[in-house]
Amino acid sequence: MKALITNKLTEHSVTPEAVYLNRRQWLKASAVGAAGLLAPSMKAVEVAPGDDPAPPWLQSQNKQASPSPFSSTEKLTPYEYVTGYNNFYEFGTGKDDPEKYGQDFNPHPWQVTVSGLAEGTGTFDLEDLLKGLAVEERIYRLRCVEAWSMVIPWLGVPMAALLKRFKPLSGAQYVTFESVYRPEEMPGQRSFFGAIDYPYIEGLRMDEAMHPLTLMATGVYGRSLPNQNGAPLRLVVPWKYGFKSIKSIRKITFTDRAPQTTWQKSNAREYGFYANVNPAVDHPRWSQAEERRLPSTLFASNRVPTLPFNGYADAVGSLYQGMDLTKYY
Amino acid sequence: MDKLLLSRWFWWVLLLPLALALVRVVDTVFYDPSALGPDPAQALVDLFGTIALWFLCFVLLVTPLQALIKARWLLRQRRALGVACFCYALLHWLSYAGLLLEWQWQNLGQDLLKRPYIIVGFSAGLMLLLLAVTSNNGSVRALGRRWRVLHRLVYPAALLVLIHMFWVARSDYTEVVMYTVFVLLLLLQRWRNRATS
Repeated sequence: MKALITNKLTEHSVTPEAVYLNRRQWLKASAVGAAGLLAPSMKAVEVAPGDDPAPPWLQSQNKQASPSPFSSTEKLTPYEYVTGYNNFYEFGTGKDDPEKYGQDFNPHPWQVTVSGLAEGTGTFDLEDLLKGLAVEERIYRLRCVEAWSMVIPWLGVPMAALLKRFKPLSGAQYVTFESVYRPEEMPGQRSFFGAIDYPYIEGLRMDEAMHPLTLMATGVYGRSLPNQNGAPLRLVVPWKYGFKSIKSIRKITFTDRAPQTTWQKSNAREYGFYANVNPAVDHPRWSQAEERRLPSTLFASNRVPTLPFNGYADAVGSLYQGMDLTKYY
Repeated sequence: MDKLLLSRWFWWVLLLPLALALVRVVDTVFYDPSALGPDPAQALVDLFGTIALWFLCFVLLVTPLQALIKARWLLRQRRALGVACFCYALLHWLSYAGLLLEWQWQNLGQDLLKRPYIIVGFSAGLMLLLLAVTSNNGSVRALGRRWRVLHRLVYPAALLVLIHMFWVARSDYTEVVMYTVFVLLLLLQRWRNRATS
């Protein structure tokens, strides 16, 4: 398990809070295997300020999250930025649009339709979908294709555990995810000059989806996902650019061929199916060799080198053995 | 030193955006580091770019507007609007080169060679620079008829700025389409005027 953790990035130059540091060290200790230190009732999660409007069952499931050995020990991006500065074009293209315009969205009650090459297809209430699955806290780096990055404490269930429930057939090579389509609640979906077809579609190869690092997130910072971050259910694939991590998932489909994803349809030259973080392959319009770790300041733009597979190469590199990553970008 | 024929309130109009930007910078540096969000340098680049674009639109609007409302005084302010446009474009570039790239000349050079949106934006900036340095009375006298020809560079500069914006946008073209329609309408009006006069 420990081999999966690859933290080549150094600790942030800004001095972290003492409390925060202690928690990090404690987390590390528990990850090494001193599980006895970890009483089951102790919460490892950071708890965000403010109300959590999610239904009580989801709140309590998220609150029981246990720490994960896959977590990064880097300094967290503050809650206000994780939830106030992101891309969710369904709510608008400005970085503060998702928080501003996401408040009219009603994620509950929520259902997910599972179809395709699996035995257990059907439409499920979110509660039934997640029942009995243990939520973990996973602190992952998130690298946006726009060359900025954050460190985010997600809550969620391992994707493999969720997908196994549907008993995928052996012919299932890919899994496709589809976001919610509600133009009446999502102003970005009503945009006249938008170059994006909604609903948003993303997909993973089956072995990518079943990889232990792949997370179906249900919360962030100790609370259920806010609307702007993809409530109530979103994908998190930390070794791929952020746009792969599709939000507010309504449909899961097992297929034998790769789906055409939203960004491929929008601009295939700029966005490929794999979208693995790769400093050696530039976006046609900008370099991917470096990223700016947010928050930055006016006089320190916090540029750090971008790592292959966002620093998770030891864990996921073997998935792409022998592939020409400049061709399959 | 040439007299810029500016009324005092007009100076305030020109400097108001800069003052507002400075307030936010001071706020960010000394009081609230989050005042400009988690990516303040990018926020400043965007802010100055937008202000420069607004002044470019104002400049292009002057001729048709003064014909419409017969306001000669407006024509006299055009030079100041143009110089202001250049100054904000310069701040846009300075904050990109200095704050975002931290004067990494290698990256600056690579951007300039490899990135089409940087190439067109930088070209537009050079055109505005040329117009700004020839905007004084001395240049007008020295260049004579050629001055008018030279200053038609503002039209290709405006088109390059729009291309710059199209190529920066990732998915939603609503804003840039609005500016493009606005600029094209102004150009169309001039073309009609030339055709009829």
